[in-house]
Amino acid sequence: MAELGKLNPNVVALCADLVASLKLDAFIKDNPERFIQCGIAEANMIGVAAGLAISGYIPYATTFANFGSGRVYDQIRQSVAYSGTNVKIAVSHAGLTLGEDGATHQILEDLAMMRAMPEMTVINPCDYNQTKAATIAVADYQGPVYLRFGRPVVPVFTDADQKFEIGKAWMVNEGKDVSIIATGHLVWEAILAGELLEKEGIDAEIINIHTIKPLDEEAILKSAAKTKCVVTAEEHQLNGGLGDAVCQLLSRNTPTPVEMIGVNNSFGESGTPAQLMEKYGLNAASIVEKVKKVMSRK
Amino acid sequence: MELQELKTTVSQVRRDIVRMVHACQSGHPGGSLGCADLVTALYFNVMKINEKKGSDGFLQFSREGEGEDLFFLSNGHISPLFYSVLARRGYFPVSELATFRKINSRLQGHPATHEHLPGIRVASGSLGQGLSVASGAAYAKKLKKDDSTVFVLMGDGEQQEGQVWEAVQFAPHYKLDNLIAIVDWNKQQIDGPTDKVMNNRDIKAKYEAFGWATVDLADGNDLQQVLDAIAKAKQLRGQEKPIVILMKSEMGAGVDFMMHTHKWHGTAPNDEQLAKALEQLPETLGDY
Repeated sequence: MAELGKLNPNVVALCADLVASLKLDAFIKDNPERFIQCGIAEANMIGVAAGLAISGYIPYATTFANFGSGRVYDQIRQSVAYSGTNVKIAVSHAGLTLGEDGATHQILEDLAMMRAMPEMTVINPCDYNQTKAATIAVADYQGPVYLRFGRPVVPVFTDADQKFEIGKAWMVNEGKDVSIIATGHLVWEAILAGELLEKEGIDAEIINIHTIKPLDEEAILKSAAKTKCVVTAEEHQLNGGLGDAVCQLLSRNTPTPVEMIGVNNSFGESGTPAQLMEKYGLNAASIVEKVKKVMSRK
Repeated sequence: MELQELKTTVSQVRRDIVRMVHACQSGHPGGSLGCADLVTALYFNVMKINEKKGSDGFLQFSREGEGEDLFFLSNGHISPLFYSVLARRGYFPVSELATFRKINSRLQGHPATHEHLPGIRVASGSLGQGLSVASGAAYAKKLKKDDSTVFVLMGDGEQQEGQVWEAVQFAPHYKLDNLIAIVDWNKQQIDGPTDKVMNNRDIKAKYEAFGWATVDLADGNDLQQVLDAIAKAKQLRGQEKPIVILMKSEMGAGVDFMMHTHKWHGTAPNDEQLAKALEQLPETLGDY
């Protein structure tokens, strides 16, 4: 946000009492007049953002994913998506790996909600560099965006100077035996899984889908046509997320066996991110297991 | 516009409202009639808007409205009023009022930008959101050093929405003294009298407690009083406080059998009732 503040004088940041968590300090220091503290009042924050967008600004409404999706669904629906206001909803701490705060804060349904909303673009980057690139890139896109970040510290494995293209999948590794289609920090787990599989002689294709909507259908269909089986991985409910989107695409075009990594119709709980990822099967070991299962279904 | 001319415009607007709601047998005539004086006065007498016309003969509308006064309708269900005023003011053909709530129309049941109807800046209908949006627009005007005014109209039933009070808290915090809100205090809502459905108690005292300047409007269906209240509100600009006009109005004003009841909040008149209503509302500018 600090860099974007320098690049684009129309960018305005809003926050609902989580400035430190969202790491907005540098932006605020440089652009005090372009920062609007909204207090713990997220519904109003979305409306204020819509009003700023109508007036030609590019507002980034920021909070935790839990408070920037379900809590304000109707405000986003009417004042942002249906009204076509150029609001960027940039939310952090999505999913289980928010950790110790527990299920009240661990939103696992937000991708489903935002995917279902007409005219909403949904982005879930995988590491620091991709997050930075996406944050800067969406300012140049005219229209509402839901930009979702995780909390866990994962290695930075994408290029610092990458060009972020909305709706364009990133081929992490080409392979021929199975397609692992992952989003968010599960991409790192997919890379680890790929290394484990390689030792067992399985050549996995790994694709990063950072844009859940619009989905890069071409990249997914092409990969599935080659490998004939797919594993999806995301930190989200199995219902309504990336896995569902991929299944819908495949079943309408080339029915292909799919196994899905995600949370299966349950709430989360307190724990460290690593403990939670293991307990809920959101790690490399689970991906390896699903790969073997889906390959046996070919 | 002279008071008499404004009165004749309001009469035509009221006719439009009743005819539109009758034509599609749905919509909300009560609140539309009750706020007709206010919204007509704003657009024809008060607001500074871009008077330039395009090659099609209609007013050029910019959503951004830089240098213009802006109006947001938060209680979007009184859309028949909004559409009639916008059409009569010259934003789009008056004949288009006939398409209200019909398939393939730009005049949706509740105001929307989606079909690109000139004059609308944000969708409304799901209540409680307009004051937040207007606050954002008022904040933007401050950032741009644009000295024009942002108006927003809300219902009194709408004051039951929690988001309204988030925005009521926000606007004084940022000293949005370029924001004039109007609460249509008609004491009726769709399920009955507001006091019975969910008592709002003293709306004025609440706004004052949150740090707003308040203006009383004893009769929102007396055009002179409406103009005086808006003038007073505008005088209160620049004092670091947002301003709210508490407008006592009569739901259904102008049609005797639609007044003093909540029954016509969201009910359309039949043919006989339409005829009876139109007898009370002179056709002054020509029906659409």
